[in-house]
Amino acid sequence: MPKHPAAPPLGLDAHLVVERGSFRLDIALTAAPGDVVALLGPNGAGKTTALRALAGLAPLTGGRLRLDGTDLARTPPESRPVGVVFQDYLLFPHLTALDNVAFGPRCRGAGKSEARARAAAWLERMGLAGYAGAKPRRLSGGQAQRVALARALATEPRLLLLDEPLAALDARTRLEVRARLRRHLADFEAVAILVTHDPLDAMVLADRLVVVEHGRVVQEGAPADIARHPRTEYIAQLVGLNLYRGLADGHTVRLDAGPEVSTTEDLSGPAFVAFPPGAVTLYRDRPTGSSARNLWRCEVAGLESHGDQIRVELTGELPLAADLTAVAVAELGLHPGAPVWAAVKATQTHAYPA
Amino acid sequence: MTTTAPDTPRKARRPRAPGRGVPLALLAPALVGLAFLLVPLLALVVRAPWRDLPEQLTSPAVWDALRLSLVCATTATALSLVVGVPLAWLLARTDFPGRSLVRALVTLPLVLPPVVGGVALLLALGRNGIVGRLLDEWFGVTLPFTTAGVVLAETFVALPFLVISVEGTLRAADPRFEEAAATLGASRFTAFRRVTLPLIAPGVAAGAVLAWARALGEFGATITFAGNFPGRTQTMPLAVYLALQNDPAAAIALSLVLLAVSVAVLAGLRDRWTRAV
Amino acid sequence: MIRSARRAAGPAALALLTALGLTACSPSSSPASGDGGPSGTVTVFAAASLEESFTALGERFEKEHPGTEVTFNFNGSDSLAAGIVGGAPADVFAAASPATMKRVTDEKLTAGDPVTFARNRLAIATAPGNPHGVGSLRDLAAAGLKVVLCDETVPCGAAARKALTAAGVEVTPASYEQDVKSALTKVRLDEADAAVVYRTDVRAAGDKVDGVDFPEAAQAVNDYPIALLEHAPNASAARAFVALVTSPEGQKVLGKAGFLAP
Repeated sequence: MPKHPAAPPLGLDAHLVVERGSFRLDIALTAAPGDVVALLGPNGAGKTTALRALAGLAPLTGGRLRLDGTDLARTPPESRPVGVVFQDYLLFPHLTALDNVAFGPRCRGAGKSEARARAAAWLERMGLAGYAGAKPRRLSGGQAQRVALARALATEPRLLLLDEPLAALDARTRLEVRARLRRHLADFEAVAILVTHDPLDAMVLADRLVVVEHGRVVQEGAPADIARHPRTEYIAQLVGLNLYRGLADGHTVRLDAGPEVSTTEDLSGPAFVAFPPGAVTLYRDRPTGSSARNLWRCEVAGLESHGDQIRVELTGELPLAADLTAVAVAELGLHPGAPVWAAVKATQTHAYPA
Repeated sequence: MTTTAPDTPRKARRPRAPGRGVPLALLAPALVGLAFLLVPLLALVVRAPWRDLPEQLTSPAVWDALRLSLVCATTATALSLVVGVPLAWLLARTDFPGRSLVRALVTLPLVLPPVVGGVALLLALGRNGIVGRLLDEWFGVTLPFTTAGVVLAETFVALPFLVISVEGTLRAADPRFEEAAATLGASRFTAFRRVTLPLIAPGVAAGAVLAWARALGEFGATITFAGNFPGRTQTMPLAVYLALQNDPAAAIALSLVLLAVSVAVLAGLRDRWTRAV
Repeated sequence: MIRSARRAAGPAALALLTALGLTACSPSSSPASGDGGPSGTVTVFAAASLEESFTALGERFEKEHPGTEVTFNFNGSDSLAAGIVGGAPADVFAAASPATMKRVTDEKLTAGDPVTFARNRLAIATAPGNPHGVGSLRDLAAAGLKVVLCDETVPCGAAARKALTAAGVEVTPASYEQDVKSALTKVRLDEADAAVVYRTDVRAAGDKVDGVDFPEAAQAVNDYPIALLEHAPNASAARAFVALVTSPEGQKVLGKAGFLAP
């Protein structure tokens, strides 16, 4: 609610409804100037559709779109104060970096020399003053990304949209570019919305996450809150947690999936239980002297190494993921199809109301 | 032209990765195709009356016909570009009812015998044609038997080549560049002019070459619609055809001139484009 | 088997417009009658202007000689002569000018001397009713009148040039057409006001054009020679066909088409 009713509410106030065939996107998005919001979700969740709807490239079939108090729902893309950094940047290959950045100001009415001067200033700010005359194909991935950002910002948008801004980069440049992008986004005084399927990008770059699945918002909040309390399996997997829903009664949660889990929290009613894969211990035979009260009979579904650990995917009484060292995997002789017992201590689980 | 037998020593050549030679199943038909195209041209060269050639070539009538051919083919190409590129854009980038029918209609002049095309042009743009009558009434303009008529006849047969070629290039070009331009404030026309057109320039150039070559060799529609008058509507193909009636040697000489000029122009342009792109 | 091989180079346009129903239908040829008369297929290369009359004569020939089949190749005389010199298997050649026939006789490819079987003279073709009142060659020089002539490389053009010279008239045509049928087409489509063509073409066009005769046409009469060819595959039947063309019966058909007797 605006404090001064006379002044229009600044920032983004959107309810995006896009229907296409059997797919329906229906999400509400609000953001104040200076906010950086990440739309996080699996492929096909509708993130990019949302972005295109905000940019005016996909028509809204319902809902509303207001930016700084102005209704944009029917405004064509070229008339929206919106800048977009596309996933593969889409720098115009026949124009130099400078002319790419000057393109927006030119289209919005600036004279040729004025547009170029503005473009040069933006390239300078991006640390690319030396590349003004370079054609896009001569730029590295990180440089191209910065030119794309400069190009989008040069039109002085009131809403900046970034579609998977780091996806096209290799792992090494990604680190550096991510840090740089974070600084630029922090400086940006209007609303920035980025779309990503990478939780790390989302958490580093955004102040607020909006998790989208199947065209709907399933959870939103500060990155740390979401990491601690995931509400869907997708988010839990993203942040590396085993997550289950169930009905709590004291220190026990009866999971929808069947078995019970002992927890340290005392709850009642619908609840989530989460524990990290590293908390899971695996046994070849049923352990007799184990203090763990949470013990399930499982079967190895798959093995995948990440970092110096091996992630073991299990099915059976309770589907879960366990992280083991390579030595442990070898000692247990794990292979797809092998029967195992999985145990988790109650102290390593975390339960919270659903 | 000699063909190298597969087992000819290749000492002089760069060593190739083993097993990466051109498969015979591709090479053989390719060479047959090449020979099929080149042997008739070779025959023209071999049978050319080289001794009479200087005499033929000093005739001002030949230069008139050649000049007219080049001017008309180039103008027809320009005209094709002006209307053909937008038409190709419409077919590739917009959706309207009956679009596939329109596309089929655009290619129709390709299957129409050119002479029939010429008759169709007469029925449309002739003095008594459905449009030509109005042109005559309102502006006093009649097109048959004029150089403008030659240009129109050539455009009629050349335009489909350009449209098909450019439409194919447009379909292959990433339409998201136009979207990127839109988010930067470019109207659809600005996006087309400043982004799409430069991107598809090589395809447009290729289409223009095709159209130009087709226009340069145009005979049937031209002689039917624009008639044959030296210096005004008699292009090289017409001169060649009429010379063929009673002086085949002269006809061959004229054909060689046409061939030489078109090869020179096409080779020259191609070099320039490949360097620019 | 193709009954009548009609090859039109330029005049395909005309064919489209006139849709001449040239369908000489007859029962398929049966083996020759055994009385020693003509039999089998006769291949005739004939000038395009002979199309109507020769087609009629061909039908008559087949009726008179059951078991024969006449195949025509109608085209410009020059193209036909070039074909025969090049070895095309023909029995009879009927040309629109002695000059083109000479190209064949020069190569000693005829059996015996050619015979003139018809003559054609020029006429001016105008739109029906002759709206511009063209009465003579001199009228063709009038300003604003669109006239088409045949190119001088083809017989009708050469003849027209001769007639115009005889009349002392200077005409700047809108176009030198590649053959007589194209010239006529321009008048029929009303793109040209007048064309100098053959009388036979005017006659064949029926009421689609009017014909104007002019005295200078006498200076440029075209002789049509016919000859049996040296390497004729079917010489006996071919000889019979030539005989039919030169007979009074054949002359009647040619006369009806507008040809003059030799």
